[in-house]
Parts: sequence; structure tokens; C-alpha cells
Amino acid sequence: MRQRVFTIIENSPLTDRVSLLRLRGDCSEIQRPGQFVDLALPGFFLRRPFSVCDWTGDELRLVYEQAGQGTARLRDLPAGEKLDLLTGLGNGFDLSRAGDTPLLVGGGSGVSPLLGLARRLRKQGVQPRVILGFGRVEELFLTEDFYRLGLTPTVTTEDGSFGIRGLVTAAMDVPHSFLYACGPLGMLRAVSEKSPAPGQLSLDARMGCGFGACMGCSIRTVNGPKRVCKDGPVFDKEELLWDD
Amino acid sequence: MGRLSVNLCGIELSNPIIPASGTFGYGHEFAALYDINCLGTFSMKGTTRQPRFGNPTPRIAEAPAGMLNAVGLQNPGVDAVIAEELPRLAKVFHKPVIANVSGFSVEEYAEVSAKLAAQPQVGWLEVNISCPNVHGGGMSFGTEPAAAAEVTRAVRNVTDKPLILKLSPNVTDIVSIARACEGAGADALSLINTVLALRIDLKTRRPVLANVTGGLSGPAVFPLALRMVWQVSRAVKIPVIGLGGVSSAEDAVEMMLAGATAVQIGAANLKDPFACPNILRALPGVLDRLGVNNIRDIIGGAHG
Ligand SMILES: Cc1cc2nc3c(=O)[nH]c(=O)nc-3n(C[C@H](O)[C@H](O)[C@H](O)COP(=O)(O)OP(=O)(O)OC[C@H]3O[C@@H](n4cnc5c(N)ncnc54)[C@H](O)[C@@H]3O)c2cc1C
Ligand SMILES: Cc1cc2nc3c(=O)[nH]c(=O)nc-3n(C[C@H](O)[C@H](O)[C@H](O)COP(=O)(O)O)c2cc1C
Ligand code: FES
Repeated sequence: MRQRVFTIIENSPLTDRVSLLRLRGDCSEIQRPGQFVDLALPGFFLRRPFSVCDWTGDELRLVYEQAGQGTARLRDLPAGEKLDLLTGLGNGFDLSRAGDTPLLVGGGSGVSPLLGLARRLRKQGVQPRVILGFGRVEELFLTEDFYRLGLTPTVTTEDGSFGIRGLVTAAMDVPHSFLYACGPLGMLRAVSEKSPAPGQLSLDARMGCGFGACMGCSIRTVNGPKRVCKDGPVFDKEELLWDD
Repeated sequence: MGRLSVNLCGIELSNPIIPASGTFGYGHEFAALYDINCLGTFSMKGTTRQPRFGNPTPRIAEAPAGMLNAVGLQNPGVDAVIAEELPRLAKVFHKPVIANVSGFSVEEYAEVSAKLAAQPQVGWLEVNISCPNVHGGGMSFGTEPAAAAEVTRAVRNVTDKPLILKLSPNVTDIVSIARACEGAGADALSLINTVLALRIDLKTRRPVLANVTGGLSGPAVFPLALRMVWQVSRAVKIPVIGLGGVSSAEDAVEMMLAGATAVQIGAANLKDPFACPNILRALPGVLDRLGVNNIRDIIGGAHG
């Protein structure tokens, strides 16, 4: 983990509710896709956690959805503005377990970290299958970025306005060696139950610190209590307890 | 003695800056970022007899200029703290540390305190009779002078190490609790713990925290903490450790002027992991500007 100042290069809407934030700064602390950054916003006490969408050299990409007051403030920040980030947080996805035919499943803002993951899997010579779930056609984002990697993502929309109608699970009947998923908890659970393969899931939690100091983000696992921010946010599917 | 050094119950601190319990874990997250031996000392996460998972999540909510937490004393239990955390800590921290103790009965406070006090690394015991986030323990001992005195006496009986009682602000008369602890043998007092608070999610119309209520801390509580440190330090002869919303060297100086011998830093560490070293770096300059040679000369300086 490092504290670094980044400069906004671009902050532009991808859809009504989702924006792309391109930042310039020192990305050296980011080691794996699925790690996250914790961003200090002027006027707010707590930092906001966002998954690393992708990074190259000194450019960091985040994708954020409008959730409340902080993300509303973030949307107003112009290029040139400086942001204080804790970077390289969390464990990230383990690429060594992908196998030949990994399946990537993302829902809503959970699509974001899968792009960085897909790029690095491609670099390893692996061709992942990708399923991206949205509410309706107007909400699609990042799908072309997956095409640019030479991938053909399967898109699902809940109202059927694009791709397959239904939830991501409606498109999951494909054989796969390993599952990587990020999205709302309900989706993660459904996806995890549907997949016969081993896998890793990226979880979300309310955070106090983002780096393991406050015990604000704890979950119970088969291996005892874990901190989503420090021991996660990526957990082995087999490690999670779904009962509470 | 350096210009920042202070004496806390017979143990010299190289400076009065102490990360507060529950915001610094067992030091390792911060030791990965800076040499934590720069600190006066720090207070470890609250320890109970049994391992505790703590409260359901969400445990954290935001506030204007602060935060609410309802962690509920998640900790591995006193035996694991002694067997695992203290040996791990010895590798990165070479000063006496403060062991923070919580309990659900007078016997539990005494038992956990006795075990921790027997550890050579432990310089002080800080007995938390003020946690607002656990039901049927914690704060109830800190809201009644007689109960506070009973816990103090029970822990006093099991150790000669310096004994700090950590007080709750969720009372009508904090001075009466402070006096009761002093009378029962406390060597020092630390205040304040968090202020009982609530946030509601407008969309769901339900409390944000699964525990419903949580403890408010951060800059929002600073003036309240300052007032209580002022009142308590006037009323007792033992040293007072001031905390609640301290986030800058100026805040630390203000807290000491109000009567604090040392200052703890809580929520500021969570927002900015370098909060304590930044405060330490700024302190000499602040003292210079104020024409102060030694920081210990300003303790209680505002009382005239
Ligand atoms: C590891 C991790 C990665 C994330 N990655 C992304 C991402 O790539 N893109 C994206 O759009 N969102 C992501 N989120 C969710 C994002 O952090 C929240 O949407 C954001 O903090 C909301 O801030 P706000 O001020 O707009 O909302 P408010 O509701 O006003 O925030 C109030 C408080 O609650 C917290 N909070 C509210 N909703 C969430 C939530 N869903 N998760 C965690 N904290 C929350 C805020 O951080 C803040 O402390 C991620 C969360 C985590 C834990
Ligand atoms: C996440 C969190 C956990 C805490 N856990 C403890 C604890 O275990 N024991 C304790 O005595 N105080 C605990 N506290 C209270 C702090 O030590 C401190 O008294 C309070 O937060 C006020 O200081 P601050 O405003 O600088 O944060 C906790 C506070 C926070 C924010
Ligand atoms: S958010 Fe503080 S430990 Fe995870």
C-alpha cells in the first residue's frame, strides 16, 4: 500500500450513472487486477474504495457508478484536479489458477475490475469467456473494451433490451476451468452456486480504513474472520459462508 | 529528555502522540508504512477474554467531519493476543505498549488485565469502561461512578502496572466517574471514547449500521472531548490522556493546554495512515511558533 497523489486526466460519463476516471500517477504499487484504491474526496471524512479497472505505466483507470454524495461530488471534479489515493490495496485475483478456459462474470459496476483481469489473462495467452450483466441497454459500459482485447463478451440485460434476457446466470451454461466474478452479493452467490468450477469472487464492504486497521469490513469465512479490505476483496469461492 | 518527551505514570514517552485503541490494530499495517517506534507508544485493539467476531456489518458509517463505528470489539481473545500478537509486535515495536481491556463482568476485566499485565511488553493497562457498541457490558460500567470504581478496584488488585481508565462521554457528569476511578486506584484517565450516534439511509429508511447505533469519532467530537478533558483534569490529580478528534499538531497542543499529559489519535489514522508521523513532524514547528520550549510545559496551560 502507498499513499500517492494522482491527477485527473479525464472524468467523463460512460452512461447516465457510470463514469470513467482516468488518472495519472504512480501505479507501481498495483500488482494484480482486482486490487482497489481508496480515494479521498474533498469535503468527506472517509475515503471511497474503487476497484482498479485497468492500469498501464502511469495511467490508472477507475469506473464509478453514482451511489450517493461522494460519487456525486466526484463526478464534478474536472481534469487537472489532484486526488489523494491509497493505492495497491487488497489481494487481487490469482491469475495462476485460471486454467485454459476461465469464465469472467461481472454485474453492474463489478464489470470494471474484469477488464484489467481480461487484459492480463490475454497476455498470458489465455482466452477467457466473459459474461457482463446490466439492467438495460442504456446501462452498458466497457463492452467495446473487451472486444478490443479480442474477446466476445456475452451481454445479458434484465429487460432483454440487449443480448440475452435475464441475469448473468442465464448465460453461464458454458464449460469453464475457473470462475472469476465481481458484482452485487446476490449475483455472486447465484453465480457461485451455478458454477461447478473452483473460483474467486470479489466482495464489497463498507470500509473505515481500507488497509486492515479498523475491523470495519469483517466477514466470517470457513477460515475464521477475514477483512475484506486486507485479506480480500477477492476470496476463494470455497472459503465463503453464505448463511448470514 | 527531548523537547517532546512527557512522563506517563513513571514511564517516559519520547513524545505524547499515541494511536488510539481500535484504530491501529496491533501496529502491523502501519509498521509496513513507517517505523512505528517514532510514536510515544500505542494502544492495542480492545481485548476480551474470549475471541469475538464483533457486530454484524455494516459497521461503519460516515458523518460530517467524522465517522461512526460499531465494530463491537472484534478481537482474537486474550490468550491469542499473548501467544500470537505480542510476539509479532515485538518484531516491529520496541517500546512499552498500552494493552486495552474490555469486559462483560468485573471478573472478566480482572482476569484479562492480570494476563496482559504479566507480559513484559505491556507498559500500561487501559481499561475500557466506555465502549458504546456492545450490549450488556462495556459502557454500562462507565456510566455509574460505583460500577466504574468497582472495575477499577478489581483491576488494581491484580496489577501494579500503571492503570489507565478509559472514560465514556455518554454520561451527564463525567467528573463524578473520573473521581470515582481516581478514588479506586486509577493511575491515569483517558478520554473520550466515542459518542453514541446514529445515521439513517434515506433510500432504505433504515439505520445504516446493522447495530443501529454506533460511536461517533473524528474532528466532529473534538470540542466536546476538549471540554471534558478540561473539566476532568481540573477535578483529579492523576494524569489525563486526551483524545477525540485530534488530527493535527495544533489539535494536540490544544488538547494538552486543556490538561492532557499525552494525546491519542484515533479516526485520523484511518483517514490518513500517516496522520501520526505527520503530526510528529509538525509539532516542533508549532511549538516554535508559540514560543514553547518543552511540550510538557504546556500541560494544563489553559487553566491559568
Ligand atoms: C473493494 C471495493 C471496490 C469497489 N469498486 C467499485 C467500482 O469499481 N466502481 C463503483 O462504482 N463502485 C465500487 N465500489 C463501491 C463504492 O465504494 C461505493 O459506491 C462508494 O463508496 C459510494 O460512495 P458515495 O459517497 O457516493 O455513497 P454514500 O452512500 O453517500 O456513501 C456513504 C458511505 O458509505 C460508503 N458506501 C456506500 N455504498 C457503498 C458500497 N456499495 N460499498 C462500499 N462502501 C459504500 C461510502 O464509501 C461512504 O463511506 C467498491 C467498493 C469496494 C468495497
Ligand atoms: C473503528 C474504531 C474502533 C475502536 N475500537 C476501540 C476499542 O477496541 N477500545 C477502545 O477503548 N476504544 C476504541 N475506539 C475508540 C477510540 O480509541 C477513541 O476513543 C475514539 O475513536 C475517539 O478518538 P478519535 O476521535 O481520535 O477517533 C475505537 C474507535 C474506532 C473509530
Ligand atoms: S476497512 Fe478497516 S479493516 Fe477493512
